Amino acid sequence: MRAQDPPAERAAAVHRAADWRGVAAESQDDVTTRASVLLRDRSRRLLGSLLRPHRRALGLVGLVVLVENAARLSIPFLVKEGIDEGIPPMQAGEGSRVLVTITGIVLVSVLVQAVARQAFLAMSGAIGQDVLLELRRRLFQHFQRLSPAFHDRYTSGRVISRQTSDVDAIDEMLDTGFDGLVNAALTLVGTAVLLLVLDLKLGLVALASFPFLLWLTGWFRRESAVAYRRTRETVAAVIVHFVESMTGIRAVQAFRREQRNEEIFDEVNDDFRDANMRAFRLVGLFMPGIKLIGNVTIAVVLVYGAYRTFNGAVTIGVLAAFLIYLRQFFEPMQEISQFYNTFQSASAALEKLSGVLEEQPGVAEPALPVPLPEPEGTVCFDEVLFAYVADRPVLADLDLVIPAGQTLAVVGATGAGKTTIAKLASRFYDPTAGRVTLDGVDLRDLDEPTLRRAVVMVTQENFIFAGTVGDNIRFGRPGAGDAEVVAAARAIGAHEFIADLPDGYSTRVESRGDRLSAGQRQLVAFARAFLADPAVLILDEATSSLDVPSERLVQRALRTILSRRTAIIIAHRLSTVEIADRVLVLEDGKVVEDGSPGDLIGTEGGRYARLHQAWAHSLA
Amino acid sequence: MPPATVTAAHPAVDDPGRRRSGSSLWRLRGYLRPYVGTLVLMGSTATAGVFVALAIPLTIREIIDGPITAGDSSGIWPLGLLALGLGVVEALLILIRRWVQARAVLGVETAIRRDLYAKLDQLPMAFHAHWQSGQLLSRVTTDLSTIRRFSGFGMLFLVINIVQMIVTVALLLRLYWPLGLVVAIAVVPVVWLSRSFERRYVVVSRKVQDQQGDVASQVEESALGIRVIRSFGRQQLAYDTFDADARRLYRSSVGKVRLAARFWTFLEVIPNLALALVLLLGAVAVGQGDLTPGTLVAFITLLLSLVWPVAALGVILSMMQEAMTASDRVVEIFDTVPTIVGGDRELTDPRGRLRFEGVGFHFPDEHNPDAGADTLHDIDLDVSPGETLAVVGATGSGKTTLTALVPRLLDVTAGRVTIDGVDVRDLTLPSLRRVVATAFEEPTLFSMSARENLTLGRPDASEADVCEALEVAQATFVHELPWGLDTRIGEQGMSLSGGQRQRLALARAVLSRPRILVLDDTLSALDVHTEALVETALRAVLSDATGIVVAHRASTVLLADKVALLQAGTITAVGTHSELLATVPAYYELLAGDADSAVDAAAEPASDLAEAGTQR
Repeated sequence: MRAQDPPAERAAAVHRAADWRGVAAESQDDVTTRASVLLRDRSRRLLGSLLRPHRRALGLVGLVVLVENAARLSIPFLVKEGIDEGIPPMQAGEGSRVLVTITGIVLVSVLVQAVARQAFLAMSGAIGQDVLLELRRRLFQHFQRLSPAFHDRYTSGRVISRQTSDVDAIDEMLDTGFDGLVNAALTLVGTAVLLLVLDLKLGLVALASFPFLLWLTGWFRRESAVAYRRTRETVAAVIVHFVESMTGIRAVQAFRREQRNEEIFDEVNDDFRDANMRAFRLVGLFMPGIKLIGNVTIAVVLVYGAYRTFNGAVTIGVLAAFLIYLRQFFEPMQEISQFYNTFQSASAALEKLSGVLEEQPGVAEPALPVPLPEPEGTVCFDEVLFAYVADRPVLADLDLVIPAGQTLAVVGATGAGKTTIAKLASRFYDPTAGRVTLDGVDLRDLDEPTLRRAVVMVTQENFIFAGTVGDNIRFGRPGAGDAEVVAAARAIGAHEFIADLPDGYSTRVESRGDRLSAGQRQLVAFARAFLADPAVLILDEATSSLDVPSERLVQRALRTILSRRTAIIIAHRLSTVEIADRVLVLEDGKVVEDGSPGDLIGTEGGRYARLHQAWAHSLA
Repeated sequence: MPPATVTAAHPAVDDPGRRRSGSSLWRLRGYLRPYVGTLVLMGSTATAGVFVALAIPLTIREIIDGPITAGDSSGIWPLGLLALGLGVVEALLILIRRWVQARAVLGVETAIRRDLYAKLDQLPMAFHAHWQSGQLLSRVTTDLSTIRRFSGFGMLFLVINIVQMIVTVALLLRLYWPLGLVVAIAVVPVVWLSRSFERRYVVVSRKVQDQQGDVASQVEESALGIRVIRSFGRQQLAYDTFDADARRLYRSSVGKVRLAARFWTFLEVIPNLALALVLLLGAVAVGQGDLTPGTLVAFITLLLSLVWPVAALGVILSMMQEAMTASDRVVEIFDTVPTIVGGDRELTDPRGRLRFEGVGFHFPDEHNPDAGADTLHDIDLDVSPGETLAVVGATGSGKTTLTALVPRLLDVTAGRVTIDGVDVRDLTLPSLRRVVATAFEEPTLFSMSARENLTLGRPDASEADVCEALEVAQATFVHELPWGLDTRIGEQGMSLSGGQRQRLALARAVLSRPRILVLDDTLSALDVHTEALVETALRAVLSDATGIVVAHRASTVLLADKVALLQAGTITAVGTHSELLATVPAYYELLAGDADSAVDAAAEPASDLAEAGTQR
């Protein structure tokens, strides 16, 4: 999203203001879907790297497909031989030996074609699936490796659609389009050659249809690229509006929004219909167009071929072969329109995927990691500067030493930079300048496993994975036994509610933990962190959505978790701050107060004291 | 609206798969009615196309057996022109059919989709609680295009292909019956085999689809949980789980490819085998003088034209089956009876006196292990016009459910809720929901302009009204968005923080100027400072309207004139904040924790608080 825009654009925006859609900066996705059929370098590189391991198999597939097409294309030729060479001996009473031989060859050809075709489909299909698996794996690992900064920007929705709908588009192409494309190409070349060999002049007449064919196909390709994009856009609008209305049905009904919503839905639904109509009609022109070219060619070949039979240049067999070839040739051409969209969406998907795969992780792994076998937990911010956008630092020259074992609370208004401290200490982001160290080692010099064993961050998201409650706790330390999981839950105070669940620790929770209340999810998240047993624990507004009794439960749990380890607590509720040894008040990225809670409250006119008073007053 | 045919009435969620296959598809026929003329035109052009296509090989035969055999060049032109004419007509017929077809099938699809959407908009919360939006989405997209494909394409060709097969085979029999017989006999097993292949293929495809779904869930989890995964450094674990599913999908997909390879090969090889047989027998017949060369060529051409209709029949039959299943799923929604329908009374000039009289509620959900347990019971409350009531209770005590009963997002299962003495169920829904507006804890923002989102409940609001509401909700940040009120927000637009979203939802509720304003823990994501500002502004709004405020924090409770304590589904105490603090220990427990800690924290360092906390 752009924060600012030139005046011209603003004027355009005002012009469009009547639109319910509202104005938004164009997303990157929209730009990249303009990918042309000709793959860009980036896509070609990705494709190359995916196919390279299959070089030899691909060579074999190429050979097989040549054999298959040769066998297939030989059949009309053999029909010609049968008519021209097989029938005359019989008419002359010389028996059917030649005809039987030719029929035998036809059968062999059919057999070869069958075997080769099945081999081709099976082999190319298997390679396709290998490539897909590799692509899925690469994407998954790549997204896991990319920094949280990337994910913040890119959003989970797009991460998901890259790995699902885009991969599916390529799958679909491999499934239906690839075979047709290869065969259409080979048939085109093979037929042209054979027609010329059979009879040069008649062949040339037949090939005169090619320019028309190419022109029509080219026209269709261009037009359908536009139509296709329009259908994608309009169907996206239908889906977005539909899903939002259904997920937000409570607000829709509470605010009597039904009628207006139906008007809007009618609009997007009709847009989708019109876009589809256009795409349908393109096919509706293209297919009969091909048919027309084919039929005209057949009629012309028939007339010219008939004339050429008179001087013996063309036999009936040759004429028959021509008619079969032309039929075999034009029929599949019509179907190009069927898989053209598949091909197009696959190439757009490939373009997007290759783009995202070239994205570099913002926080890089160190080349020479420093070992840190037993972290104590001293965290230092050393002249740290951080800016999401250049020239607008969120933190400026922060110097901060958190001795091992200390519990530090960070308070301040929204936007003061509290969360940034948490993100830097957990190396979700790297500082723009300066350094963050753990026991004197720059975080950038620690490899991922070492860092994550030492530092764990719990946020208010409290993501619960689909699986059992026990598994969710065990996520903190995958090797942990059941007893350890229970012990962790007990230490946090989560054991009681888990034991009350229908299947205790084996109770399955849905994705995102719909079965658990916010407070219970929080407790599971804490148990998870406790089991992980890090030297440094960071809580980023982890308790904000709890009611007082749940929060009290969590406070008690926190005392257990925080003893004997370094902790950074980001909170906007002051009740969470009470368990801290030290409070840091941030304002516009600067530390304005730093001391024990008691000292700060006692500071006459201090910011924390004022904050605390206002808060205490609100409770009175 | 066509669903005049759709009248049967039973709740959809209760009986999956009871319907007999095919009847649902038949019930959707009403949607074809506006296009009867088009359908007739499609059918007649397609039929004519079949005959024209058959005439072309016969013309070829005439040319070969006539002018070519006789060496008569003058006979070529008329027949050649005939072939050309027939070819042009065939193309034209296809053009006409496809052109009119687009309008009809897309019209049907669009109409069903519109009616489905309108229906879903009316269905109550209880229905939507059961159905994930993804399931509903697949009905309005995938299922509808399945129905469209069948009604526009499959249905037509089911008939046309059968006609073409019968006519062609009859023609072949007439041209030379022994060969015709060979072809006729070959057709039956091909249709049968392609059907059985297709069936197996559908099974395998479903399996692959399911596994694609599994992989997609893994992807979704890892994307949504990325921060937790990173935070604990569990990338490998996540990858291993994902990879197990990805490999399972791979194995099934390869199986599917193999099956498809056999299927497609079979479809291509059969006609070639028939060709070889026809060539052998035909050439023998020509040699013996039983058949002319022209007839043999025509025969071969006709045989090739038979390949597609025969092969496609299996596909079309599966298409029909899929369309039946799809229409079952669509009709299921049409059949769902809306359980919340408005009465016929209007409230003119409402005062806003709200009463709960012996209200009880339980979710009608048999999947719920606690089925039968009342979420709410025996609730009696009386809120005078202009008064504000705070509802306080622990998580899960039923506060949100209680507030949902007023605008009838849920309906009481016992007792009644009245506004100015009128049962809310007697009011028309628009009239009721004009009186009541709710700001939800988890605000729903739509991917539309900020203005459209704000004026949800009052489309005619003036600029000044909007600005005033933004003031009250401390949501003036909207003016600083790149395009101000016209900036698109929500999923597809500018992303906003939780606090910003809540403030917008609050502004939305305030803007609709309700007599009764419900605030369902609307301020939970605000920081202390902003919360205080919002509360000050809200006081003015609440002085005019009747208010229900769900609160977790003492500061919010102070907005109210009186407080009701909700425990285990019923109201256990009503009074002012200070009365309840003094006399009800459970209330003190719920709300005073904060205040006490604050007082203690002021006096003592944190460590002592641990004990203070545990002693309570």
